[in-house]
Amino acid sequence: MISRISAIASTELRILRRNLWLFMATLIMVLFALALTFAGSAPTGTLGVDMLTVPVASMTTLSVYLAPLLALMMSFDAISGDRDRGSLALLLTYPAGRGEILLGKFTAHIAALGFAMTVGFGTAGALAAFSGGASAESLAALALLIATSIVLGAVFLGLGYMVSGFARSSTAAAGMSAGLWLIFVVLYDLGLLGAVVMDDGGTFTQNIFPWVMVANPADAFRVWNIAASEAVAVTSGMAGAASALPAWAAPASLLLWPLAALLLARATFGRVEP
Amino acid sequence: MADTLIVEHAEKFRGKAQVLDDICLSIAPGERVALLGHNGAGKSTLIKSILGLTPIRGGKISICGAAPGSAAARAATAFLPEAVSFHPALTGREQLAQFARLSGARADVPALLERVGLSDALDRRIGTYSKGMRQRLGLAQVLLGQPKLALLDEPTSGLDPISRQDLYAIIDELAAQGTAVLIASHALTEVEARTDRIAIMRKGVKVADGTLAALSAEAALLTSIRITARAGEADRIAAQVGGTRLNGVSVEIHCDAAAKMEALRHVAALGDAVADVLMTPPRLEDLYRHYAKEGSA
Repeated sequence: MISRISAIASTELRILRRNLWLFMATLIMVLFALALTFAGSAPTGTLGVDMLTVPVASMTTLSVYLAPLLALMMSFDAISGDRDRGSLALLLTYPAGRGEILLGKFTAHIAALGFAMTVGFGTAGALAAFSGGASAESLAALALLIATSIVLGAVFLGLGYMVSGFARSSTAAAGMSAGLWLIFVVLYDLGLLGAVVMDDGGTFTQNIFPWVMVANPADAFRVWNIAASEAVAVTSGMAGAASALPAWAAPASLLLWPLAALLLARATFGRVEP
Repeated sequence: MADTLIVEHAEKFRGKAQVLDDICLSIAPGERVALLGHNGAGKSTLIKSILGLTPIRGGKISICGAAPGSAAARAATAFLPEAVSFHPALTGREQLAQFARLSGARADVPALLERVGLSDALDRRIGTYSKGMRQRLGLAQVLLGQPKLALLDEPTSGLDPISRQDLYAIIDELAAQGTAVLIASHALTEVEARTDRIAIMRKGVKVADGTLAALSAEAALLTSIRITARAGEADRIAAQVGGTRLNGVSVEIHCDAAAKMEALRHVAALGDAVADVLMTPPRLEDLYRHYAKEGSA
């Protein structure tokens, strides 16, 4: 079983390397992280935090958009691409089960995503520490950012596989992935914002809103990073919503989502007839 | 020796349409069976059912005694999908090595690729392959790990005549080592010479199953005799031998196997009026047309 998963994973990694996906994802992460580190270092003095704190806050915001996007772009044709080529039927006649195929692809994709995140955010952290000094606290915040970004990516890899198994073609899967990204990352928050404004400080805002918010993996990611570092919370201005929740809420949500997404993907894949 | 593949009374519906209707089919080790039928006759559905990729509603399928899709059945079966393609970024060697690792077979990948004539393209990306080369790569993975049962869906599509010869040579090799081979095909003339038995499907029903000779006898197809007449004699010949005029100079007679010699004697008696005689026995094409288009099931 392990050898079959690794056979799928090594092939997928080779594909990611060869079609320059790994390179492009890493490049995008490095460029954005560097831009935020240097553009974000300007207001450092007024908040009284070190060179790395403000970039970590802006990189958190960046990662909310980029991690799901990169993950979906890697995963949307994981099943539909093989089906379009006609090789899915063949693959499924080999002794590898559907769960093994999915796990193999996931292993390769999460490794590539982890590499891009670590190199991108790590470069920014190293440069900030080198030029302005970084406290232990801000380094811990950076480490958490990298780790949670990878988990957030895992959620959307799973959702991407689900869409890929669900869609009739790769083109449809791409469109559905874009829709999924828009809903989780943009529309969900807009909807919540509207509800809060309508509610005008009532029970919804007080008791229900924080839970609904943290149910979305992208928001859970944000809340977790903010709650973990006081300095990051200061600079991002999201401390209010985060403080209304118990400390375990955001981590629980973010860690449960990848499992749920992969189980959904497995269930969808199980119903695919190549 | 027990049959490698046994399909008993397989039934399958898609929506309300019945795509497999009481299909029974068995293949012995080393036997080569052609599966013929129009597009949509249910050939691919039957193959997918045997592979366990799509469930059947009624009946039973067993591959070396195992259920379709089970680990034992997967290990025993090789499959070549119709018009298969692989990831364009991989090379032929890498793709075949992956299949070898998945199947758990210890395989000599370069030798297999050489066997299907891809040794020059070993380390080229599949994206640069022609359709025929992708088909050969698909065939190479069929040869992995000595399968007990090989299911080939339109194996010759996209292949040039020489490659087709190679393909059938490889199929013969497989059969010689005891693999039961099922070939779904449209290429009737090739299948005619290269298989032991022929099964014909129409609208989900198996309408014929047997050797070419047995099916011909059962269908009682007529041999056609075409007589080319000397100028001006065609009408007289048509009247005497009881055939139909095709054009100014030709007359055609249809007769069954038993009446053939009688008809030829008639023609010989006509003497100088006949310029040429062409006799065509029923071929697979006629047989196929007979079974695939016949009105009743």
